Amino acid sequence: MSSVHLKNIVKRFGTFTAVHKTSLEIPEGAFVTLLGPSGCGKTTNLRMIAGLLDPTEGEILIGGKRVNEVPIHKRNLGIVFQSYALFPHKTVAENVAFGLKYRDVSKTEITERVQSALDLVQLPDVGARYPKELSGGQQQRIALARSIVINPDVLLLDEPLSALDANLREDMRVELKRIQDQIGVTTVFVTHDQSEALALSDQIVVMSAGRVEQVGTPEEVYNKPTSEFVANFLGASNILSARCTGKTAETVTLDVPLFGTVPVPADKAALIDGEGPVKLVLRAEKLLLTPRGTDIGDANTAEATVETVDYQGQTVRYFVRSGDTQLQAINMIDGHPFAEGDSVTLAFRPKDCAALPEG
Amino acid sequence: MEGTGKLGWSLIRLWALLVYGFMFLPVAVVVLLSFNASQFGSFPMTGFSFRWFVELANNDAILRAFRTSVTLGLMTAVISTTLGVLASLALVRYKVPGTNMISTFLIAPILVPEVVLAVALLLFLNFLGINKSFTLLLFGHVIFTLPFVILVVQARLVAIKRDVEEAAMSLGASPVQTFFQITLPLMLPAVLAGGLFAFTISFDDITGTLFWKPGGVETVPTQIFAMLRNSISPEINALGTVMILLTVGLPLLGAAIARQLAQKSGP
Repeated sequence: MSSVHLKNIVKRFGTFTAVHKTSLEIPEGAFVTLLGPSGCGKTTNLRMIAGLLDPTEGEILIGGKRVNEVPIHKRNLGIVFQSYALFPHKTVAENVAFGLKYRDVSKTEITERVQSALDLVQLPDVGARYPKELSGGQQQRIALARSIVINPDVLLLDEPLSALDANLREDMRVELKRIQDQIGVTTVFVTHDQSEALALSDQIVVMSAGRVEQVGTPEEVYNKPTSEFVANFLGASNILSARCTGKTAETVTLDVPLFGTVPVPADKAALIDGEGPVKLVLRAEKLLLTPRGTDIGDANTAEATVETVDYQGQTVRYFVRSGDTQLQAINMIDGHPFAEGDSVTLAFRPKDCAALPEG
Repeated sequence: MEGTGKLGWSLIRLWALLVYGFMFLPVAVVVLLSFNASQFGSFPMTGFSFRWFVELANNDAILRAFRTSVTLGLMTAVISTTLGVLASLALVRYKVPGTNMISTFLIAPILVPEVVLAVALLLFLNFLGINKSFTLLLFGHVIFTLPFVILVVQARLVAIKRDVEEAAMSLGASPVQTFFQITLPLMLPAVLAGGLFAFTISFDDITGTLFWKPGGVETVPTQIFAMLRNSISPEINALGTVMILLTVGLPLLGAAIARQLAQKSGP
């Protein structure tokens, strides 16, 4: 188990810069997710930590030691790939034992450790089978067993759940968290799936176009996004143009068209430094639709018409129009959902909003 | 309507049979006549006999030619396969500048008429002042079996995911250990198939061999060719049968083994 430290890392492929100057500290034992759309540089970062790519500039430290010159097979890392990457010509037990052959481990100990790794991933009886005789989810468990049996300093997971189908993916997500808690290994997880990131991580590193947008706990990046990109990438958000009209230690007061005066809590508007144009971030699930004329109390409201209804079972997603502005809302279904053309009152509480500087 | 359709299909079937007949009857005749007891290598057959096979086994010239062919074929297979595997690895796994051009050049010997290739190599060695030798013959065979090996091995190598090799290295295997533990076993069916291709092509070749072979050295095809110039001996029929067995049987056997291996290891 070790910490991972990226110091001013830059990666260029020819003239294309995949990763702009990035520094990142991953503490020992943490579960850190690199989250972003494809092409944002998250996998490039992971591959540089793994030693599959060399950084153009900067330093990579694992456990405080510079590893730039250490080849991958001497870094003692566990890597799980999206494609599982099991050895098709070896049995499951041989696959799991593979890394131990290159370590000073006796034959009896290999057998024991392979079995306990298979127990850990809850597949104790498949050792004699070949990978292709297992389902996708089982193969990914074996890949995980193979990477942790060597007691790696760092576990690197490259979209390990993306090749699985939806139900299985959620099971595996829970399983992954359980196993990581149990062995406590420093883990770097790469994904484009925000729900995986939110569910699993101690820290999320949101990346876009080769740059780190925000680093924080799942709650921080979800509730206090520091950029429009983060606000939009983690769940659906409405971004409204507004004006800041005053700032105190507790609240930042915004003047928002349609909704009037919105006092946003200061910790959710940390980047606002004074009066002027700003953006209001309003999460789709915090925007509530109510029948016209309902008294809502301490909330900002606006009148609107339902344009589109996207029924999703437990929840429903509405697109509503108020004047020239289209907004989206995701509400739990209580009774009957609204229908297209219904007149409604939109409501949200100021403490559920965040504010970002213009541009 | 249906009637004419049926008739059409019958005609097509008949045509297909005729094509097969055209292709395989001559071969069948050779095999059949090799068991002919008569001292002339042609019809009518006078009886069934292994006589010509026995004579074949006692013919020193043919046995010598056979040994030469087998040695040449095996050496060609080993050298071509080794070079082919290395070239494929370089072309598929590493970023070599001009990959496409190198690939085209390596495949080119298939496209150039063999006679042209044969004369070219001969002239080139003349120019260098090197005499014809067994080594030269081997060299020539490697040149035109190499493309087949590369084509087969490259196709397989592309299908082996880089992830699998990366996983092996992340677990502590050095690049060389990774090659022998992972890459080579996974591409073994293609390597064996390539080697078999090289062997059969070399064993079968006459055009290039006629140009390149030093005096006194005969391979089985050139030996047959020489024997035909004098007379059509029934021994040639027997030899033909043996050749057919070898050149058809070996690849079939190889394909069967490759399929067995592939089935065990999966894609």
